[in-house]
Amino acid sequence: MTLNRRVSVRAGLRYKGELGMANWMLHRITGLGILLFVGMHVVMGFLGQQFADDTAFAVNAVYQSWAFQLFVYFSVLFHAFNGSRLALMDLFPGLIRFQRELIWLQWLVFVPAYGLPSFIMIQNSLVGA
Amino acid sequence: MRSSASLRPKGAFEYGMWLFTRLSGLALLLFGGVSMGVAFILGGRTQLDMPALFRWIFFPNPNHVINSNIPDVEQGWSNTFWQVYSMAMIFLASGHAVNGLRMVIEDYLTRPLLVRMLRLALLVLWLGGLVVAVFVILAS
Repeated sequence: MTLNRRVSVRAGLRYKGELGMANWMLHRITGLGILLFVGMHVVMGFLGQQFADDTAFAVNAVYQSWAFQLFVYFSVLFHAFNGSRLALMDLFPGLIRFQRELIWLQWLVFVPAYGLPSFIMIQNSLVGA
Repeated sequence: MRSSASLRPKGAFEYGMWLFTRLSGLALLLFGGVSMGVAFILGGRTQLDMPALFRWIFFPNPNHVINSNIPDVEQGWSNTFWQVYSMAMIFLASGHAVNGLRMVIEDYLTRPLLVRMLRLALLVLWLGGLVVAVFVILAS
């Protein structure tokens, strides 16, 4: 089976993979995001500690801000939730029949698990703890 | 497309990495949960913001969590158990991440020579990073 990879962006987005495809894309994006963030963090930490580099401190200030932490928290939590669902489905293939239900369950747990701490973070930053 | 057999990749290496990704992901959740619990027990319950909590969860190392204002960090984290723990965590996390990046690269790039060079670069970066991580853990 050969896949036709030369499709337009519009056609790629129109693919009707529904929630499964959205989760797959988010899993990739959040995974690459975490890798980029941790890599930057290690390099900037090294530069800051060894050479007291100004750029390193500036980058440090950006990713310790509450707004950036909302992205980091989203990436880590989504990747963890989606990854555990994938691992459970792969290790117990009987669950694959219930993929749609499992995705809904995943989002049902994710929304409060992400929303409540985020709400508190935003409230603390804007109003004060 | 619903049969489970079609989900397993062919080839010993690909199958091994497929299994490693699943198992290391689950193991990392366990590791993260344990280090979060220990961070709370060590006195971080009321004084951790999100960046500090992430520092404790993902790399429980006295050097890494020193700025989170908890007095007995040194005694709490710097012993052999937590050093081995951190090394296991770094090995699993970096293996999981580098393999994921390799899969993304192989999904979107098709020129064989370029892919092989990138795979080699990733391997070198991964091994070099592991050496640095072990040094940092043992030195702190």
